[in-house]
Amino acid sequence: MIVGVLALQGAFQAHIDKLTDLGADAREVKRPEHLDSVDALVMPGGESTTMSMLLESSELFDPIADRLDDGMPVFGTCAGLILLSTDIEDGRPDQRSFGRLDITVKRNGYGRQVESFETDIETTVTNEPVHAVFIRAPRIMRIGDDVDVLAEARGDAVLVRSGNALGAGFHPELSSSSEIHRLFLESLAS
Amino acid sequence: MNEQSTSTGTPLVKRGLAEMLKGGVIMDVVNPEQAKIAEDAGAVAVMALERVPADIRVDGGVARMSDPEMIEGIQEICTIPVMAKARIGHFVEAQILESLGVDYVDESEVLTPADETHHIDKWKFTVPFVCGATNLGEALRRISEGACMIRSKGEAGTGDVVQAVRHLRTINGDIKKLTQADSAELFEWAKQLQAPLPLVQEIAETGKLPVPLFCAGGLATPADAALAMQLGADAVFVGSGIFKSADPAPRARAIVEATTNYTDASILAKVSRGLGAPMTGIGMDELGDLKFEDRGW
Repeated sequence: MIVGVLALQGAFQAHIDKLTDLGADAREVKRPEHLDSVDALVMPGGESTTMSMLLESSELFDPIADRLDDGMPVFGTCAGLILLSTDIEDGRPDQRSFGRLDITVKRNGYGRQVESFETDIETTVTNEPVHAVFIRAPRIMRIGDDVDVLAEARGDAVLVRSGNALGAGFHPELSSSSEIHRLFLESLAS
Repeated sequence: MNEQSTSTGTPLVKRGLAEMLKGGVIMDVVNPEQAKIAEDAGAVAVMALERVPADIRVDGGVARMSDPEMIEGIQEICTIPVMAKARIGHFVEAQILESLGVDYVDESEVLTPADETHHIDKWKFTVPFVCGATNLGEALRRISEGACMIRSKGEAGTGDVVQAVRHLRTINGDIKKLTQADSAELFEWAKQLQAPLPLVQEIAETGKLPVPLFCAGGLATPADAALAMQLGADAVFVGSGIFKSADPAPRARAIVEATTNYTDASILAKVSRGLGAPMTGIGMDELGDLKFEDRGW
């Protein structure tokens, strides 16, 4: 099982380190040919506008969309969550997303960096609370019928799952706990 | 679900934004039009300032924090993070920038220093800070004062990459040496670097700075950005290099592409084609006395 990490921009190394620590074979995905060998994909945090542009110029957007249609499991955090959602508020008009999670996200929905925060959240999929770091985080404003909410913070859904897609508004790759990555890897094994 | 307690302005939250900017390009802009061009070109953040370093160099005089109105104009048009510069030691400029909601404060040697001895106590702020450094000791002093991102200084406003290379090599070279030192030698290293011993010991253990290391000062081409990345920078700042060039938009975009694909020479060749004239620049050997890199202590 090889887990690709979209490595165009952002905190991709932190994801690779986390996955590697858990025993997974994690590799960078920068170009379409890198996609061929991976069984699952992680989309990291970073700037979603930058990533959208680089997804086009690297000619990765369509091959990733095809693989997602074929059922490839995907896990997006922060900017990655934006890339997976169907509807984006306060995005750029030319910003494309993969639409694998039927949700509306508002970019920087909690405000600027001085409003960024960390907190412990309870989830429906871990025994212990998970420490969650929100950095200029997207806020989930609407949840589609077939989307499961796995955790909330400050009254909003922050960890969601639908079909082959898992999305987090926070950064499990930055905190010391590995529970969310373990959850994703376990879903690949089953 | 229970009501959870949340914390803002923690070291992890501050460093977190620097983590998100990795592999990206932060561009100097002086007005909302340039900010739009930068965002369109794929910048991960913009640095809002009144004059780019090349102009500060030409104009002379005292360089200060930008007008809040100008910063707000850029914040309105941008969806990406907006940074702004405060003078070294000028904690009131930093307080003002924090109240404006800028996403990162750059305590910058490009502006005229306000304090010849003290840098800002950055722990007191909710907004994160980036600071310049020419060597490991300087980087560690800034981190001990609360900086959450270090940028190698280079020499801003020159378009000459030589100092950026020197500073990156110096910082990363000393980090490598620290990892080879035995525990007794680390006391002497801390003394030589004029840096706190616990930070020196931490780096000897981990082999890297506890915060991201970005590169700045003199980058003007896609190849310059890729050079900085191959030398171990986590991301790059491009100041005068974009908006002092003949055709800023395609150059900005090419530098973004180069920063992502920094090890792929064929992509670097492709994006370097037909960009028009880079900034003319001024070589380090013809610079005279005004070296920004000497500011900071």
